[in-house]
Amino acid sequence: MKISKSIYLFFLPGLLLYTLFFVYPTVSALFYSFTDWDGLSQSFQFVGIDNYERAFTGDTIFRKSIGNNLKFMLVVVVFQTLVALAFALIVLKNNKTTIFLRALYFFPTILSSVSVAFIWSFIYDPSLGILNQLLELVGLGFLAQNWLGNADIAIYSLAVTQVWFHAGQMLIIFVAGLQAIPDELYEVAKIEGANKWQTFRTVTWPLLAPSATIVIAYTTIQSFKAFDLVFAMTGGGPNNSTEIVATYIFDIAFRSYQFGYASAISVIFMIIIAIITFLQFKALRSDRISY
Amino acid sequence: MFFRRFSLLIYALLILVPLLIVVLTSMKTIQETFRNPLGLPEAGIQFGNYTAIFQEQTMSGYFMNSAIVTLFSVSLTLFFASLIAYGIIRLNNWIGNSIFILFTLGMMVPAQVSMIPLYSLMLDLSLTNSLIGLILVNISTTMPIAVFILTGFMKTLPRELFEASTIDGAGNWKIYSKVAIPLSLPSLSATAIFLFVMHWNDLLYPLLFITDNAYKTLPLALLEFQGEYSTNYPMLFTGVIIASAPMVIAYVFLQRYFVAGMTAGAVKG
Repeated sequence: MKISKSIYLFFLPGLLLYTLFFVYPTVSALFYSFTDWDGLSQSFQFVGIDNYERAFTGDTIFRKSIGNNLKFMLVVVVFQTLVALAFALIVLKNNKTTIFLRALYFFPTILSSVSVAFIWSFIYDPSLGILNQLLELVGLGFLAQNWLGNADIAIYSLAVTQVWFHAGQMLIIFVAGLQAIPDELYEVAKIEGANKWQTFRTVTWPLLAPSATIVIAYTTIQSFKAFDLVFAMTGGGPNNSTEIVATYIFDIAFRSYQFGYASAISVIFMIIIAIITFLQFKALRSDRISY
Repeated sequence: MFFRRFSLLIYALLILVPLLIVVLTSMKTIQETFRNPLGLPEAGIQFGNYTAIFQEQTMSGYFMNSAIVTLFSVSLTLFFASLIAYGIIRLNNWIGNSIFILFTLGMMVPAQVSMIPLYSLMLDLSLTNSLIGLILVNISTTMPIAVFILTGFMKTLPRELFEASTIDGAGNWKIYSKVAIPLSLPSLSATAIFLFVMHWNDLLYPLLFITDNAYKTLPLALLEFQGEYSTNYPMLFTGVIIASAPMVIAYVFLQRYFVAGMTAGAVKG
C-alpha cells in the first residue's frame, strides 16, 4: 500500500536532535581520540595512535580501573543474580504479602544514586555507621572496618551498595519470567514423580534461561556504567582503589583536560561494552527455549 | 518454611532499616547524631532541619528546575520517539529499518563517549547553564531506548488497522494521533515512568553542564551539599527526603506501573 510522503516529517525532530547531540559527538570522539586536544583551545595536533598506545602500555591507573571494574562487575553480577533469583522463587505466587514484599524490595531502584550514596556512606561510616555497631553487638567487633576508606575492600563495599540498589529490579524480571512458565509443566513433573531439585533443573531452569540472560546482561552493563554511585561515594579513592573506567574518563577529561586522551579511553570503553553485549546476545539466542 | 520466612524478613529489614534511619536522622541535630547515631530523635518528631534547609539553600529553586527538566524531557522524548516508531512501522522498508538500527546502536554507546565532544558543543551553542540545554541533551540521549521500546510495541499492532484508516482517507498525522497513540498507551505509560525515574535522578549531565546555582537540579545540588555539610548527615538526609519525595509518592500510588516501566527499560535495554 502506498503511503504518503508526509511520513518522512515524522522522523525530523527526533532524528535532528539525536544527530546533533548524540551521533555527532560520538563520531567526533573517535576523531579526537587521535589528537592531543585539551578541550579548551581551538588548535590541536594529530598524534596518530599515541593515545591508544599510552592507554595500553603506559597508564597504570587505566589498567587498575579496568581491574576494579571487573572486580565490581563480578561481585555484583554473581550476588545480585543469586539474590534476585532466590527471592523471586520465594515471592513467586501472587498474594497480599508477596505483592507487598516485591514492591518493598523494588523500592531502592527509584531512588537517585546520590541518595543511595549518602545512605550507604552513613551505614559504612567508621564511627557513626550501623554496620560497625552491628558487628560490635554480635561480638564480631574485630571485623569493624573503615569500609570506604580501606583501599583493599572499598570496591567491594561499593559492590554491596550496588546490589542493594538494583537487586529488586532484577527480582521482578525473574518473577515475570517464572510466572510465564505454564503450570502444566509442573503438573507433568509432579506426575512423573520428580523431586523439587529435579523439577527446578528440568522445568524451571531451562525455561528461566532467557530471563537469566537478560538479568546477567543488564547487570553487567549496569555495573560497567555505575558512574554516579562511585563518583558520589568515593570519587574513585582512596588511592584509585575504586576508580572505574567511567570515573577515570571523567577525571582525565574534566579535571586534567586531556580531552584527546579521554576520548581514546572512552572509545576503548565502548568497544569493551560492545564485545560484552555481543557475547551475551549470542548466549541469549542459544539459550532461548520455546514452549 | 521457617527459613524462607526468615530470609524474607531479613531482606525486608535490609531495605526498611536504612530508610528508617534516614527519616529519623533527618529529625536530629548533628550533635545528637554523633552522640547517638541510631537512636530515636530526642526532641520527638520535629522538622527543624527541613525549615533550615529551605532557608540555607535555594531548595525550591532546585526542585522547580528538576520538575521542569523532567517534565519536558519525558514528554518531548515520548512525543518524538513515538513519531519515529510510527514512521518506522508504517514505512516498513530499508529506510525505516536503517533508522531503527541507527537508534538501536545508540543504546550500546556509553554516555562517557559522547560527553566529551558534547561538552564543547554545548559551550559553542551557549547551552551550558541552561535548562533548555539539559532538556535537549536528555531527549537526545534517551531517544534510543524510547524508540526501541515503542517500535517493538507498535510492531505488534495489526497493520490492517492502519491500512483501513488510510482507505478511509485519514492522513498520517490523523492515524498516528487517533489510532496508533491510543492503542500504544500501555507501552507509552511504561516508557514514561522509566524516563521519569531516569531524568529525575540524573546526575551526569547537570554535573557537566550546570555550574550556576540558579539552574541546578536536585541530584546535583544534593551532591554539592556533601561538600558543604560534610558529615552533617541530618542535613544530607533531609535533602535526600525532599529530593526523593515526588518519586516515592508517585511510587506508592502507581506501583504497578513503576514495576512495569522499570522492567520494560531493563528487558528491552
